[in-house]
Amino acid sequence: MNERPDPRDAGEGLTVTDAAPTTRWAGGRVGPGLSLRECRPTRRRLWRNRRNTGLIVLAVGLTLIPVVLILYYIVSKGIVTMDWEFLTSSQPFSLRRSGGGFLNGLIGTAIMVGLATVVSVPLGILGAVYLVEYGKSNWLAKLIRFFSDVMTGVPSIFVGLFVYTALVVQFGFGALMGAASLAIIMMPIVVRSTEEMLKLVPPELKDASYALGAAKWQTVLKVILPSAAPGITTGAMLAVARAAGETAPLLLTALGSLQLTAKLWGSPIQALPLAIFDGARQPFEAGQARAWAGALELLIIVLVFTIVARVVASRSRISR
Amino acid sequence: MNHEMLMTGVEPTGPSRLGAMTERDDTRDGKDLGEKPVFTVRDLGVHYGKNLALKDVNLEIRPRRITAIIGPSGCGKSTLIRCFNRMNELIPGTKVSGEVLYHGENIYAPGVDPVVVRRHIGMVFQRPNPFPKSIYENIAFGAKINGYKGDMDELVERSLRQAALWDEVKNQLKKSALDLSGGQQQRLCIARAIAVEPDVILMDEPASALDPIATVRIEDLMQELKQDYSIVIVTHNMQQAARVSDETAFLYTEVDEETSARWGILVEFGDTSEIFTRPRDKRTEDYVSGRFG
Repeated sequence: MNERPDPRDAGEGLTVTDAAPTTRWAGGRVGPGLSLRECRPTRRRLWRNRRNTGLIVLAVGLTLIPVVLILYYIVSKGIVTMDWEFLTSSQPFSLRRSGGGFLNGLIGTAIMVGLATVVSVPLGILGAVYLVEYGKSNWLAKLIRFFSDVMTGVPSIFVGLFVYTALVVQFGFGALMGAASLAIIMMPIVVRSTEEMLKLVPPELKDASYALGAAKWQTVLKVILPSAAPGITTGAMLAVARAAGETAPLLLTALGSLQLTAKLWGSPIQALPLAIFDGARQPFEAGQARAWAGALELLIIVLVFTIVARVVASRSRISR
Repeated sequence: MNHEMLMTGVEPTGPSRLGAMTERDDTRDGKDLGEKPVFTVRDLGVHYGKNLALKDVNLEIRPRRITAIIGPSGCGKSTLIRCFNRMNELIPGTKVSGEVLYHGENIYAPGVDPVVVRRHIGMVFQRPNPFPKSIYENIAFGAKINGYKGDMDELVERSLRQAALWDEVKNQLKKSALDLSGGQQQRLCIARAIAVEPDVILMDEPASALDPIATVRIEDLMQELKQDYSIVIVTHNMQQAARVSDETAFLYTEVDEETSARWGILVEFGDTSEIFTRPRDKRTEDYVSGRFG
């Protein structure tokens, strides 16, 4: 045994310890009557394997760096100011003063995102049902699809400008106007994600429903939508998360306010991202500290929504 | 009288076969006399877009019998069976010509709602396709959408019993139908079709995705269901057709030499025993003796 040279020092690929190779494959020799244990990868192949695995791990690491840093900064800086007082009180009227919190922003965000969801999710789902089950590829469906795609790519400040000229100039700043701009941002996301989910419903299920004498609306309502429900929920939750973090359109529609208000119109209203923006551009440390805590608060809200969406989706995903 | 009517307007090769078939029926056993067909198919043709898929099919489906449709792949077996409950038109671009008379009424006549047609004619598909709901809800689905007013629990139990599935699932009706085995799922689909009390059950290769034991159970079940329902089954399995069916239709692919377009035609239709032991057509003989396909 010991006198034999290590076969792994030989060429590339699989090498056998026996000296009678009969076939030569791409990068390896295999002889007859040899057990698999006698065929070993060469050192070169082992090295390559390790190198490539290493590169992939490195790439993953690099991608994670910004995410980890963001999380680290937000948590470490936000946690300092995050306390019961922060969660339950509104901003002080002088931003240089410490204490207080973003309750006004939290309530504003809840109202505006809530309203926007109530409007955009049902409409978006109906639109997607039209696209998949009725319009299919007629001109109207193509038009809707095209504009949904354009709308998902439109910078959100444009949406704010639009709502500003269309509504705010006439009715003033307020929660309704903010909700309108968020709904416009959410709608195309809901339409497109729901459309993808509806397309995944197996045609066999529709066949089964039709073969039982179900009309089209019954099939949509009782079979297609329930089968796609988990996926639709995920899409809607992601749209909610996106809307909760939008700042630019709210600058022009909700404006922001230091007061705690739940009025739907007639007065400007605060939102979490607006409050963060306010605080972060202050030269005063107290304002900046509140902004960090607000960022942490928003992060947790978005995270909770995303996790809930994932759990709902994985619990009953479309089968077969 | 019925025979005269059938023989008119049928393509040249058709009348003798159909005529022969109906003559045999008259002499076979007394009760067949005067038994009206459930379906009478006349000059049926199907196009998918511009492509002809099925040409000049003429046949009759008799009540409380099992009629098998056999033939090599791509000969239009599934296309034909989907004509009986207008499932074909769910595929965009499908055009159907000719007539499919259901108890004398053309189901393709203008003004006939396909939804109504499908309420009378149930279907079981190749792959078991239960809804991702509980076993109970799968059965109750059809009844609910058709506005069933009776006792739902009773209907579910009766349908499952008829489909020979009750004993296996009676304690887990709330369980998801997707947790059942393939064979059980297919029997659930049969129970689901029975629950809306159809007149005819169409089965498109109902056992082709199942193992041999599950297949036998489905075949036994078909024999039971035959007492109450007319059954049409598509199968690529000749032994299965020979085992279960009373009458057999043999479809074959015709090829246009110039354009290499292919379409299905009905070659022979008659008693299963006749088709398998004394086929009239050379192509039928070749197919049932296993020379091709």
